[in-house]
Amino acid sequence: MAKTELHPDTWVDRYADYLYNYALVRVGDEDLAKDLVQETFIAGLKSAPNFEGKAAERTWLVAILKRKIIDYYRKSNTEKGKAEVRMSFSASSEQEGDWLEAKAADPQSLRENDGIENEELGLAIQQCISGLPEKHARVFTLKTIRQWSTEDICKEMDITPSNLWVMVHRARMSLMECLNENWFKDS
Amino acid sequence: MISCEQAQVICNKKQYREARFLEKVQLMGHMLFCKACFKFSRKNNRLTQMICQADMRSLSEAEKQRLKQQLQNPGGS
Repeated sequence: MAKTELHPDTWVDRYADYLYNYALVRVGDEDLAKDLVQETFIAGLKSAPNFEGKAAERTWLVAILKRKIIDYYRKSNTEKGKAEVRMSFSASSEQEGDWLEAKAADPQSLRENDGIENEELGLAIQQCISGLPEKHARVFTLKTIRQWSTEDICKEMDITPSNLWVMVHRARMSLMECLNENWFKDS
Repeated sequence: MISCEQAQVICNKKQYREARFLEKVQLMGHMLFCKACFKFSRKNNRLTQMICQADMRSLSEAEKQRLKQQLQNPGGS
């Protein structure tokens, strides 16, 4: 396999949203998730010389993020002087679902796997968005995920509405293609 | 009768609730006769539904800009 090279100048556009979603699901706090993404990029930059080119760039960054998340939980557990494993999420909460046993499957529940499936779906979509041409990815994200109005996007990016709809169309076609194998099976 | 290209544009606008009533009628009429656009529309609706279900978030433009600056200049504050 060819060696992968790192391109830190493209990290934010290609991976920031992916890593943000990944972190957010695991820590449940927006500001904290943002900090973790930032720390991940900085740590990635520092250890870039050690990158061996065996993994894909994204996989490598996710591995760094995972370590940051684990560090965060370790620290928040130590601070409380406790040895229990917290499964989650916000440092201050003692709610149901924070503890390992509360995570055990409830056979009565048909919705048990919904959360996991939705997370996987979100990351799959994000990964497909990263594969789009940069401008299409940006228009699509602003329009679809941040839900900006057509007018605002046209102003921000200095394009016409028909340009916008062409880019949205291309992006949606690519996403359908990209998600096809795993997610469109039953439709 | 509208073309397939026009039908697709309307179908995309519909995903963002930006298709006008007349456009929606035109799309319906087109899809009665065009199986390809009917299929496209079904897939497109499904994509919208999946994105909604996944509850995705995105960092704001300003936050991305800040991250970029930090990456270019990791020593600075």
